Amino acid sequence: MSGTLKVAAQGDREIVMTRVLDAPRTLVFDAFTKPELLRKWFYGPDGWTLAVCEIDLRVGGKYRYVWKRGDTEMGMGGVYKEIKAPERIVATGKFDQPWYPGEEVGTMVFAEKGGKTTLTQTVRYESREARDAVLASGAMAGVELGYDRLEKMLRGR
Amino acid sequence: MVVGSLDLTLAAVADPTRRSILRRLAAGPRAVGDLARRYRMSQQAVSKHVACLARARLISKRRRGRLHICTLNPAPLREVALWTEGYRRFWEESLDRLDDLLVEMKARERRKKGDR
Repeated sequence: MSGTLKVAAQGDREIVMTRVLDAPRTLVFDAFTKPELLRKWFYGPDGWTLAVCEIDLRVGGKYRYVWKRGDTEMGMGGVYKEIKAPERIVATGKFDQPWYPGEEVGTMVFAEKGGKTTLTQTVRYESREARDAVLASGAMAGVELGYDRLEKMLRGR
Repeated sequence: MVVGSLDLTLAAVADPTRRSILRRLAAGPRAVGDLARRYRMSQQAVSKHVACLARARLISKRRRGRLHICTLNPAPLREVALWTEGYRRFWEESLDRLDDLLVEMKARERRKKGDR
């Protein structure tokens, strides 16, 4: 049984994603913090790999991910600010080629109830403009215009 | 695309009126005056939105007699769409895969406990 991903704006500068996972949080926490496990699932759409996955899981420690597909590469990294296994991780993050201004701060909370874990990821952007840019791109391409219409429009050119 | 134009594109589509204008233009070219009549704001205010979209190269404007005709130019949206498509799909597909991995991890845990 798979849960659905919910994405919503919160306040001026945040985006919140929630997803229920059918497992105790100790396992979910491991899956998010052990490179050998992350490599198995955190590689994005089919065709991509998580080519680099380095995690120094301690306050002040760094992490770095690089995804690859063919010649295309996308990297990001940051520093752990807070770690409370298996409940909570706070870390900064920045893409190698950022498409919005500034650094983000991500908070992951793993809440367990009845053997299931609710994962809540809150990303705080540096400004309202950066957050809105992320949301606007989603609203524009995903919801308001519709992928199909956008596809058609793009094919028309 | 020139460097920094993605910022311009995103700023342009961050406004609901401008997104609405883009949707209208997706149906075909329109005169600025015609667009302005659809909104409860002054023609001057709508013209400002149109100018912002033109700066981001999301639309092009040309004169036909006394009319300023706007045409949608969807090319810059391609870059935005690639990112967005990537962002959401990335998480959705990854977390679906995590579901499968967790089933395996749970089975392994049970086996470990059974061995003791």
